[in-house]
Amino acid sequence: MVADLAAAPLAVTGMGATTPLGGDVETTWRALLDGRSGVAALDNSWVEDYGIATNFAASLKVPADAVLSPQERRRADPSAQYALIAARQAWADAGSPAVDPERLAVVMATGVGGLQTMLGAWDTVRDRGARRLLPLTVPMLMPNSPAAAVAIDLGARAGAHAPVSACASGAEALVTGARLIQLGLADVVVAGGAEAAIHPLTLGAFGKMQALSTRSDSPETASRPYCATRDGFVMGEGGAAVVLESAAHAEARRARTHAALVGAGSSSDAYDVAPPDPSGQGQLRAMRAALAQAGPGVAATVAHVNAHATATPAGDAIEARAIVEALTWAFGSAERATAIPVSGTKSMTGHLLGAAGAVESIFTILALRDRLAPPTTNIQRLDPEVTCHVVRDRPEPLPATGPLAAMNNAFGFGGHNIALVFASV
Amino acid sequence: MALDKNEVLEGLTEIIVDETGIDPADIALDRSFVDDLDIDSLSMMTIVTLAEDKFDVEIPDDSVKDLVTVGDAVDFIAGA
Repeated sequence: MVADLAAAPLAVTGMGATTPLGGDVETTWRALLDGRSGVAALDNSWVEDYGIATNFAASLKVPADAVLSPQERRRADPSAQYALIAARQAWADAGSPAVDPERLAVVMATGVGGLQTMLGAWDTVRDRGARRLLPLTVPMLMPNSPAAAVAIDLGARAGAHAPVSACASGAEALVTGARLIQLGLADVVVAGGAEAAIHPLTLGAFGKMQALSTRSDSPETASRPYCATRDGFVMGEGGAAVVLESAAHAEARRARTHAALVGAGSSSDAYDVAPPDPSGQGQLRAMRAALAQAGPGVAATVAHVNAHATATPAGDAIEARAIVEALTWAFGSAERATAIPVSGTKSMTGHLLGAAGAVESIFTILALRDRLAPPTTNIQRLDPEVTCHVVRDRPEPLPATGPLAAMNNAFGFGGHNIALVFASV
Repeated sequence: MALDKNEVLEGLTEIIVDETGIDPADIALDRSFVDDLDIDSLSMMTIVTLAEDKFDVEIPDDSVKDLVTVGDAVDFIAGA
């Protein structure tokens, strides 16, 4: 019997991240509240060499080589490096608790996996022969490599899992982590996502789908969720992780709790491998499932949504409608639903793909902590189709007193939909 | 043309240090890769692969097990 999240909410006791805005959670959050952009032109000749249309991205603010030892980096693809950096921060933030290793699990997701290792290895084979391949090529390129790296680092023996659901992966990690605890398979789970996929192949391929912004003359304003002139997402990279704990475990060790995870909903569109179901019904099902798990009392206190909002022309409008529909269902009031502040933080971080859902869960928790919804930047003219209340340019205060909840959405190619509801503690 | 053994030791030491983080002062001709330097088999294969590349030699997989000490590797590479 799976315990209901409303009856037994999970404590978020640690957070860690390395992002295009900062090498840690607090630096990233301050930059986000200030409306800064992590997007910049890439210093290379990919446009000339390969004819790609987009040559800007949101690269890590603090490179991994400033944090990890050369030996750690040699043994891990950048995706696993970012996972390690984020997970270590989250673990330290949780107070590096003494946990029975057999009750500690890891769920570390990635969208693409060890792309840089894989493509670099192919260059080696093609140019210099298979004899020059390094023996760790396979363990470095596999998509479970970030999860394995974190489990080894923390000594987690209750299981190490790697959900793969494109841009929903990082949020799905929290769903999977919550279920492990609900099923009684672990007391503590380090859950998150990592991505390191800035490469001419991905920029070219996402470009071919017309999913990427081509605003090369103005990289900092290219990511424009909800703007009438949005033209696609901006590729980002990074890692983010949280420490999830059963309430009983967190209480027993008197852990400081950032927020409670009270709803974890997932659904699949069963519609198309690329665009979301235009009716938004799949996204709505995930949000309703998460809100239903939270229970009507908590759902009624939802005061903020960190949206998936990648800045693709089709995606933002579909999600905005589904958010309003979900909140109207939760509140029984369309008027209230359209007044809830919704933030599109990818306007500043870019799209961290498989890490997006994890880093935006952290933003959602911080919004509850500081009672402040982060801005959505770069909206020059709000898309009239967007009927939810979008936080623009400056942070917006949330209700100063009383219990609050907030929702984070993450959706991925393939029709994967995840919604997470967090509550203040 | 045979390579200079001191140069090989220097280059090999660099590869071992990069791969393992071992203090270069601990690396000497009489040190055993496994018993003294605690180098596992995949790290050993990495070191061999990088050494092949650096010195432009071929170290057959069958010969790797005979390279017990750093000196064995230096002799093999210098004599190859």
